[in-house]
Amino acid sequence: MDNFLFLTRIDYTLIVVSLGAALLGTVSGALGTYAVLRRQSLLGDAISHAALPGIAVAFLLTGSKTPLILVFGAALAGWLGALAIISIVRLTRIKYDSALALVLSTFFGIGLVLYSLIQRSGNANQAGLDTFIFGQAATILKRDVITIGILGGIALITMLILWKELKLLIFDEGFAASIGFPTRLLDILLTSLLVIAIVLGLQAVGAVLMSAMLIAPAVAARQWTNKLNLMVLLAAAFGAFAGVSGTIISSSTTGLPTGPMIILCATLFVGLSIVFAPNRGLIWDTIRQRKNRRSLKIAAGRLLEEPQQESE
Amino acid sequence: MQIGNLEIILIAVTTASACALPGVFLVLRRMTLMSDAISHAILPGIVLAFFLTHNLSSPLLILAAGATGVLTVVFVELLQKTKLVKEDAAIGLTFPALFSIGVILISRHASNIHLDIDAVLLGELAYAPLNRLKVFGSDIGPISLYVMGGLLILNLAFILIFYKELKLATFDASLAVTLGLSPVLIHYGLMTLVSMTTVGAFDAVGSILVVALIVGPPVTAYLMTDSLSRMLILSVIIGSVNAVTGYFLAFPLDVSIAGSIAVMTLLIFVTVFMIVPNRGLIAIARRHIRQKWEFAQTMLVIHLFNHEGLPEAEAESEIAHLHEHLQWEPTFASRVVRYALNNRYVSQNAAQLILTDRGRTIAQRALVQ
Repeated sequence: MDNFLFLTRIDYTLIVVSLGAALLGTVSGALGTYAVLRRQSLLGDAISHAALPGIAVAFLLTGSKTPLILVFGAALAGWLGALAIISIVRLTRIKYDSALALVLSTFFGIGLVLYSLIQRSGNANQAGLDTFIFGQAATILKRDVITIGILGGIALITMLILWKELKLLIFDEGFAASIGFPTRLLDILLTSLLVIAIVLGLQAVGAVLMSAMLIAPAVAARQWTNKLNLMVLLAAAFGAFAGVSGTIISSSTTGLPTGPMIILCATLFVGLSIVFAPNRGLIWDTIRQRKNRRSLKIAAGRLLEEPQQESE
Repeated sequence: MQIGNLEIILIAVTTASACALPGVFLVLRRMTLMSDAISHAILPGIVLAFFLTHNLSSPLLILAAGATGVLTVVFVELLQKTKLVKEDAAIGLTFPALFSIGVILISRHASNIHLDIDAVLLGELAYAPLNRLKVFGSDIGPISLYVMGGLLILNLAFILIFYKELKLATFDASLAVTLGLSPVLIHYGLMTLVSMTTVGAFDAVGSILVVALIVGPPVTAYLMTDSLSRMLILSVIIGSVNAVTGYFLAFPLDVSIAGSIAVMTLLIFVTVFMIVPNRGLIAIARRHIRQKWEFAQTMLVIHLFNHEGLPEAEAESEIAHLHEHLQWEPTFASRVVRYALNNRYVSQNAAQLILTDRGRTIAQRALVQ
């Protein structure tokens, strides 16, 4: 009987964690599509690192470890970091990549200084920092799943409401501006949606791996379709699937951390998509090339036949 | 000052200089994110080498991690070559995957090794002098000082020897190919140096903040100069200043030294960004204001020029009614008139404005353009 209870408890935890990971995968997969299509794949990396000082300040000010307060601090700092990158690129000749790397590393540095301050005052332990960097999917609770569901839902609904505007923004920003869309505002809004997805994901996969959580499902989805709506749907599905399969694999064996397992699953989807996807995939491409070469050879042979007969 | 503190500062300055030098080329070649990718992706290399040597400061670790770094670059380029994945996404896919493998390797074998991930990711400069290099039993200084010193010399030598090639490959890759140089070889040479420098530095500042050391000083120097040689020298100076001021910020507060260096990197960047002539924020703002008034004065002289000698000229050039003709605010108009009078573009005749020769040439030139 004891044994049986033990099993159900594990199953319950597993279900909660899987559900959380699936929701996170859905939100970050769908929103990551926009980042990948805008060639801002690494913006997620910068935002997730830049969130650290926000978490530290939120803790210093309130003294509480309530997830919602920390998430709010993280979102604010991540958003400021993204804004700093946009401003540096607009106001100086510094390129996007350098601005991103600068903000990412120095914001993280500020966070580290604040953390060592907190640690010195004996208020918290190193565990908080580890959670931030590596994530702890295994600690996802029911209330976390609800938070993820509500905030992620808001982000996804906003995306759907502004579907047409965002689509125009990512594919033809100049045209969007010329017909009177507030492109700068839309840009900031899209970044804000990304920030929401990222701070929600921090708890599960951590700052370092968050960027892959955004990119991998979208890149995998990109191989299968040329349509934005299908790509968003597929990316969300890939994200959810990676979340669930990563969680289940890591729970089946001890010593397999959940976050990295989720990322490896998502990366595997990318690999499979690149190789097997119809039209764009590597196998398809090789077959097409071979076919083209053969038809070219036949055509060339026909052309060559006449002069050859003359020379004989 | 204690000898330990002096050693920390020396290590910090050496590390900052060694990182800033290849950083200049990364910034100019728009490849700074590669340093971010490399610094994370070397984790599995470090772990595997650690399994073999059980020593965090073994030179084999630097070699293995350096090799992993180059492998990262190869992976990213292979992904890009399929043309199915763009460069930024390729970078963003590669390093988390390798990093994940590293984390899994560590946690699988966490019970029998003593490799602290925090030490790899965050580093702690304060502990750097604790690892001493002993030659024939006598202590000749901290190991990391020698490692970073060696890397600094290596980077400096590479840049001095291949300066011409690096410059050409950075600014005009196709010309470099035409002249028979190999940008690919230069690229991989540079990436090898970046990998090795990153690994050397992780033990002092950790793998995330090493990006601040690599990118911060060159980006700051980039705002100050247009010359490659000056940018290299400035980067080393700025990197050293960041390191020293960062140390003195951390010391009284007793906080993370590496973090403080990153904070100083940001502060000094922002300061330079504000005050640097020509490209600074203040200079840009002043230029905008000056241009606004200059443009308004040009509008004024063009207006006067258009009506000069015509019957309506008298009404059009009346100072009190100028703002109506040009659709300006009255206060704005009177300020423009004052500036134009000061610059002798116009002269005042009772209630009318009259173009001077100078004003007329300006109007004509503006209309021709």
